[in-house]
Amino acid sequence: MPVPPEKNAAFAAYAHPERLVSTEWLSANLGAPGLKVVESDEDVLVYDIGHIPGAIKIDWHLDLNDPVTRDYIDGQQFADLMRRKGINRDDTVVIYGDKSNWWAAYAMWVFTLFGHPDVRLLDGGRDAWIAEERDMSFSVPQLPAADYPVVARDDSKIRAFRDQVLFHLGSGPLIDVRSPAEYTGERTHMPDYPEEGALRGGHIPTAASIPWAKAAANDSRFKSRTELDAIYGDLDPNGNTIVYCRIGERSSHTWFVLTYLLGFTDVRNYDGSWTEWGNTVRVPIAKGEEPGEAPSRAS
Amino acid sequence: MGSLPESLGDIVEDFRSVDGQDKLQLLLEFSRELPSLPPELEEAAMEPVPECQSPLFLAVDTTDRGSVRLHFSAPPEAPTTRGFASILHQGLDGQSADAILDVPDDFYADLGLSSVVSPLRLRGMSAMLARIKRKLREKM
Repeated sequence: MPVPPEKNAAFAAYAHPERLVSTEWLSANLGAPGLKVVESDEDVLVYDIGHIPGAIKIDWHLDLNDPVTRDYIDGQQFADLMRRKGINRDDTVVIYGDKSNWWAAYAMWVFTLFGHPDVRLLDGGRDAWIAEERDMSFSVPQLPAADYPVVARDDSKIRAFRDQVLFHLGSGPLIDVRSPAEYTGERTHMPDYPEEGALRGGHIPTAASIPWAKAAANDSRFKSRTELDAIYGDLDPNGNTIVYCRIGERSSHTWFVLTYLLGFTDVRNYDGSWTEWGNTVRVPIAKGEEPGEAPSRAS
Repeated sequence: MGSLPESLGDIVEDFRSVDGQDKLQLLLEFSRELPSLPPELEEAAMEPVPECQSPLFLAVDTTDRGSVRLHFSAPPEAPTTRGFASILHQGLDGQSADAILDVPDDFYADLGLSSVVSPLRLRGMSAMLARIKRKLREKM
């Protein structure tokens, strides 16, 4: 059974406040039947140096990706993972992680591909929990195996593929959430991430540059509705929006903000992102600070 | 082809001899063993780092090229970075500049960590070694 959503005045202005929980709420609800806490991090060891008591680790790279093909796991593999981790289909899953919930949002996005009904983010993630000096644990919970159904992955609603992005140019909003240096083409990979580089630098033509971190406050929590409205105010909430970054992780954070905090109706994450686009032969690329023009359909 | 100093070679062997979760545990042990910076370097290590960059401070002391001193610092919340730094510290601190420059850039592939640490995350190790070598060449 899912756990009732948090009633929190601080979240009331968001479009879907039920998709967030505060550190106070989580602290008070730890151990509640039907609540499963999942940690997903960028740093593979962070969970092991202490985590929220009872939290299960799910590693995006190793657990949610197909080991061979560049794709996510399928319905059978996801069901196996959930059974191993002790998560039931009707459980409330609260995900949190390091670096402003960067990878937690990515894990949540993958859960959403499988339509897990109730998945929420911990506002502020690890940073907020630790800053408040809340309880940490080293013990890895051994939950009883769950009975999770095999549900086919649905890529149609929140995931975009390269050819769809190509077709989208000039017809709908596109957001590049990488750092400004990546957007302009000055960098072909993130500092220290040479293996996630691309042969060409720049951005997809027509993409607006709105770095993902603009949505996060200094304490890693999401900014207020008013602040977010100002940042994303030029976008049409009913438009068909595509977000991308380098491999789809930072754009998951923006996907969460647009979809659940601002109530955009149709936001898709292009997970191929720049590592696919910047390595693809003959796709159009724009360099510099201007979004650039959509290619003409005639070519 | 380069070669590994004995100290680094031993660490590689230690990693090769364990599997799966034990490799992560070993990396975690290394991360705990990273020594603190000497006081004169602490302030320099407080510089902020740009978004997404591993918060790693590195100082290479080449006063004696026959025995290069390496100093690393990374916050507790970056254990993987600390683990990699600690491997390089225990494996290369006190070695000669030539011996360090001779270490193959991809030596970390032999740690066999790619099964438990995504290959994408292993970049930290090659980036660190590259930075050390660059500093050694600058000071030739």
